[in-house]
Amino acid sequence: MKILYGMQRPDEGEIRINGSPVGFHTPADAIAAGIGMVHQHFMLADNLTVLENVVLGSEPRKGGIALDFAAAHKRIKEISDAYGLGIRPDATVEELGVGDRQRVEILKVLYRGARILILDEPTAVLVPHEVEELFGNLRDLVSQGLTILFISHKLDEVLRVADAITVIRRGTTVATVDPKDVTARGLAELMVGSELPSPETRESTVTDVVALSVRGLSVLTDGRAVVDDASFDIHKGEVLGIAGVEGNGQAELVEAIMGMRACTADLLTLNGASIADWSTLRRRAGGIGYIPEDRHRHGLLLESPLWENRVLGHQTRRPNARGIWIDRAGARADTRRIVEEYDVRTPGIDVDAAALSGGNQQKLIVGREMSGDPVLLIASHPTRGVDVGAQAAIWDHLRRARAAGLAVLLISADLDELIGLSDSLKVILRGRIVADVDPATVTPEQLGSAMTGAGEGA
Amino acid sequence: MSSFLDRLTGRVRLGGWLAVAAPVIAILFAVLITSAVLLVAGNDPVEAFRTLADYGSQPPTMALILNTSVGYYISALAVAVGFRMNLFNIGVDGQYRLAAVVAAGLGGAAVLPGVLNIVLTIVCAVVVGALWAAIAGVLKVTRGVSEVISTIMLNAIATGVGSWLVSNYFGVLNGNDLATRPIPDDAHVPGIPLVAGAPQPVNGFIVLAVILGAAYYVLLNRTRFGFDLRATGQSETAAVASGVNVRRMVVATMVISGAVAGLSGMPELLGASFKYSNNFPTGLGFTGIAIALLGRNNPVGMAVGALLWAFLDTSSDALQLLNISKEIVQIMQGVIVLSVIVAYELVHRYRIVAEQRRVSRELAAPAEPEGAAA
Repeated sequence: MKILYGMQRPDEGEIRINGSPVGFHTPADAIAAGIGMVHQHFMLADNLTVLENVVLGSEPRKGGIALDFAAAHKRIKEISDAYGLGIRPDATVEELGVGDRQRVEILKVLYRGARILILDEPTAVLVPHEVEELFGNLRDLVSQGLTILFISHKLDEVLRVADAITVIRRGTTVATVDPKDVTARGLAELMVGSELPSPETRESTVTDVVALSVRGLSVLTDGRAVVDDASFDIHKGEVLGIAGVEGNGQAELVEAIMGMRACTADLLTLNGASIADWSTLRRRAGGIGYIPEDRHRHGLLLESPLWENRVLGHQTRRPNARGIWIDRAGARADTRRIVEEYDVRTPGIDVDAAALSGGNQQKLIVGREMSGDPVLLIASHPTRGVDVGAQAAIWDHLRRARAAGLAVLLISADLDELIGLSDSLKVILRGRIVADVDPATVTPEQLGSAMTGAGEGA
Repeated sequence: MSSFLDRLTGRVRLGGWLAVAAPVIAILFAVLITSAVLLVAGNDPVEAFRTLADYGSQPPTMALILNTSVGYYISALAVAVGFRMNLFNIGVDGQYRLAAVVAAGLGGAAVLPGVLNIVLTIVCAVVVGALWAAIAGVLKVTRGVSEVISTIMLNAIATGVGSWLVSNYFGVLNGNDLATRPIPDDAHVPGIPLVAGAPQPVNGFIVLAVILGAAYYVLLNRTRFGFDLRATGQSETAAVASGVNVRRMVVATMVISGAVAGLSGMPELLGASFKYSNNFPTGLGFTGIAIALLGRNNPVGMAVGALLWAFLDTSSDALQLLNISKEIVQIMQGVIVLSVIVAYELVHRYRIVAEQRRVSRELAAPAEPEGAAA
């Protein structure tokens, strides 16, 4: 994918567009050849208008210097109408919803003349009905003769939207199939190379002992409550899922519990002890494990070896430290244990974390956070951006830890994961916990509408 | 991913032969550029380099180089501590000068006899340097003032405060020369006759420099504090999530950096001039920045860098015998720093690609049936 978009160069092999071989050195070459990329994470400036975002980097000129906004306005309108995108060029991006932003991203590449679109995990941030809208747009684009490369971990979506499916495992094409001839299960088995995992948990292991108790927790940012009066208990052996469209306060809630963000709370206790005044370090040492949402920003030192990453977040505890000293031998031995037990695929513990794939980085983080007998595990999107094999392994570890009495706070955008793993589910919307749903009976569609405030919740 | 700045200041490590390859390439490149400059200026580069080599290998020069490099090295250590945490202590210069003024005043007053006076003077310099640097640290964590800006400002203030202290409190007029009262003979740090055949001994502070270099290594690589410091430098967000109190780390690191900066003026004060006057060397802090960059914040690398820098500094006199202007040496120093930065960047890119290839190759070899790649 990066090679197709000119961000990396291939070691061998060739790319052909309409039959003729091409070579890309930079993304600009790829754009010139008609390839456009819609990134998983939107690359838009919130405080600019749609029009300004679209023309950014390829501004139409008038008389050499002045910007020709009128022409740009006209072209954006044309493209939007031609493909049924329904975009208002003068709206600022910050007023737009996630689905609209994605359409702006698509328009951006169309504006640059792309005939081949690469969409990287486009549905990761969308709720079910937005996914439907996106698929409608994609069908319109395809009917106008454009080519779309749709990269996704979500098999049912691939099956629904694609005309041809290529399965890649460990960087090699393992099969090219027709979606009409294959089931989601069959496809998944091609991807994993073995039996398909499912996130379902069996019997309940919930106990009466409260591990984490939160009452009236609020987080204020610029005078606005991004988390508003949240209250819940998590018992030992329980997985509490928080469902919500991203950006509705989940990240802030997690950071408040971790002590990384100032908050007000009537009550915040871990194992009965008030932790409201504790530092992040003390909370971690007190038994909170933390699988962060963004492992590159919060979970790893990418340019440090694996064993130093084992120490991160556990730098005051054995086997990583002895008094003021880092215990290298202890940390290294324990890193080897994690690599072994959690099946982290690496040639050794001295390679940099950056050299591992996302799934293996995540397995290392999970192994690290499960070390030292945690009381509570905060798992933010624990399987985001990891392959199906690693996903199954991570689910297994979460289940096993839950059976052993761990309390888990699970935040996820993957509704199947939430429904499958959670013992109880709460829905968060604009910072408020708006509904309790029973994961045993709720469907992803019901959950999706509760998350967007469309329905009453289940 | 690491930024260019991370690589610039050596927060990203290079392993194996690559760590040596980069500086060697850089110095060869710098020699090439300097030769070109010499040719353009109408001098014979071969002769110039031979003169440099001859001059540098004479015992008196070697002693001189060692003496000069002691202060350079300590100053580089002060800068490097900050660099490893993403703190740019540009204020080492002001910190060491102010520390030297106050320490010279106190040492010259000779409130304690002999060795005790030495200890008192050194402690005083450490405390003054640390306090002066702490101002920038506190401003950063309480008011968000960039330490680059505040330390530059504090350099200017230190100059003013230093002159004011000398002219109003510590200074004694000797002829036309205003200087602090000389530190008595019994509080001079003795030299060590390290270089056979050199008339002058090597500054005794070379022992302290070696100890500081080792302490720097141990602090950063073996202690929890050092781990937190490096983690904060590599990724502040990850450090915060891991429980590091970044504000406290900023102040602590500035204090350590300032304390070491305070020491960097001591070889001159207690080992050479014994008083603070207008002749006291300036710019040591900025030389320290260049050497820290040159040595990639590595204790051994910086030692080599300090020796190289001192060699070039002292060799300018020899070049004048060949009618080569001494500014050539400054060009050479600049070119070396630039080449090192470029060479490390190239080697770093090579290493990232090579490591990713190696990992995928080693993982692909025992092809297991399960597991999918994204």
